[in-house]
Amino acid sequence: MSLALNNFTVHAGRQCLLQIDSLTLPSTGLFGVIGPNGAGKSTLLRALAGLVPHGGSKRLDGGWPEASRIGFLPQNFAVSASMSVAECVLLGRRERLGWRISAHDRSEVARVLALLDLSALATARMDRLSGGQQQRVLLAQRLLRDPRLLILDEPTSALDLHHQLQVLSHLRTLAQDILVIAALHDLTLAGRFADHLVLIANGRLGAASTPDRVLLPSCLDPVYAIRSELLPDRDNSPVVVAHQAG
Amino acid sequence: MSVPAHDQSGFGRSGLSRMGAVCAALVLLAALMVADLMTGPAGLPLSDVLQGLRDGPSGENRRLATILWHLRMPQTLMAALVGYALGIAGLMMQTILNNPLASPYTLGFSAAAGFGAATVILFGTALPVAMWVGVPLAAFAATLTAAALVYLVARYRGASPEMLVLAGIAVLFLFQSLQSLLQFMAAPEVLQQIVFWLFGSLLKATWTSVQVLAGILALTLPLIAREVWNLTSLRLGDGNAASLGLNVDALRRRVLVLVALLTAGAVSFTGTIGFVGLIAPHVGRALVGEDHRFGLPMAGIMGAVVLVAASVTGKLISPGAVIPVGIITAIAGIPMLLGVILMKGTK
Repeated sequence: MSLALNNFTVHAGRQCLLQIDSLTLPSTGLFGVIGPNGAGKSTLLRALAGLVPHGGSKRLDGGWPEASRIGFLPQNFAVSASMSVAECVLLGRRERLGWRISAHDRSEVARVLALLDLSALATARMDRLSGGQQQRVLLAQRLLRDPRLLILDEPTSALDLHHQLQVLSHLRTLAQDILVIAALHDLTLAGRFADHLVLIANGRLGAASTPDRVLLPSCLDPVYAIRSELLPDRDNSPVVVAHQAG
Repeated sequence: MSVPAHDQSGFGRSGLSRMGAVCAALVLLAALMVADLMTGPAGLPLSDVLQGLRDGPSGENRRLATILWHLRMPQTLMAALVGYALGIAGLMMQTILNNPLASPYTLGFSAAAGFGAATVILFGTALPVAMWVGVPLAAFAATLTAAALVYLVARYRGASPEMLVLAGIAVLFLFQSLQSLLQFMAAPEVLQQIVFWLFGSLLKATWTSVQVLAGILALTLPLIAREVWNLTSLRLGDGNAASLGLNVDALRRRVLVLVALLTAGAVSFTGTIGFVGLIAPHVGRALVGEDHRFGLPMAGIMGAVVLVAASVTGKLISPGAVIPVGIITAIAGIPMLLGVILMKGTK
């Protein structure tokens, strides 16, 4: 049982944006996708989510989950609609909603809101929330889809430190049963929470392994054009300190 | 102090209270329709109107039956149906273009209808069909042609709001220019007819036009009902909606066809009636929120309310020579439009 990409390519016209010859990872867990700006992280995630066409094959447990079992949270998520937080989360079940909202749907919405510490905001208007609050609401909406595959493009980019830790802890719990793939910019958090890291550089696969094998100066320095230093924290996870190269 | 369950759940006003708002709007509409039946060159008291409604079109009081069922009823029903169609079409257009200032006419559909009508008014004597059939038929066909042009652009270049608006602007200028050309070529008496058609008036309403528009609504409403959750999801923005598995481009194209049918049905028989499709969605949203299960019917009912109220106003201002409703909605719509812009600006 595994996630397998073979000859996986994404093109924009004649330009090749992403090329992964072969990648095999376990079928559950939290996978962090790291790499510098423009490396192809979002392209990989959007292709996995089925939002852009790709070449080659992608397999999860020998097939691929249907669209309703994939939860994708894009990088640009701002919502300007005046609907309530609960109404917004409910749309996560868009395909299964009828004219009446069932008691089951309501209790499921309440459950995912509680999971992400959002119950107090259930009646708040989406267009009046901060970016970080909106990001958590939309994550709750994706969780309502009961996803087999959760794909998140920088899910902590708008969050404060407390909620970064809370969301990543929750994703790690979820990842015991499903596959969570998240693009992450904070290498220290990525190393601490991810089971595996996939390093993308210039549209190619730079490395794919456990954090202790990817978060190495030999991997990071040429890709990020930095001079990195790895210091162990008290849990023995690496803290990545970056210095300007040269 | 205990809080009602629906408030804690965060589903806004409960379905029941939203249904209450829809029912209240329907009662208001019914009252305005009765008022519309009462007003006109020959004023009818409420008792006569109720008597006439009870007796039916073949009632013993022939004068009452003729005024009520043959003259006023088609106009009143047409006002309600046109307002309903434009209100729903307006909300769908604002949703797919993600623009609060969009209306059913944003993509040039009214200009196309005007061109179609003007063509038949100008060359109608050479056609083998009567003017009362040819004019709405041509307006309908021209509106669908305009929609087809926009649809083709959306099909081949993607149905983003920007692309749809750009295609719509091109269609608008094309048909406006053609319409101007026809007006330039027309003799003064023909030009007068064209201008009168463009005003938008309920005087053109007949039982046939009522039946045709009711038929279009009966055809499109079930298809619109299937899109309510998709349209509500689209309010989250293209990226979020697509992430929920929604094919945004395909939805926009489907809704574009539905808007075109509703708009064509509405303008073909009455001419261009502005601002109803712009204002009604805002009133509807303010009353029942973003949920299109309630928003669409409410926008339709508010469109009907605005247009029937405009009809009553027109007849009260000038009972002898009824002022076209298109003029009244345009005049009344300007302060409403400014209100919408100011509310948007201060949000």
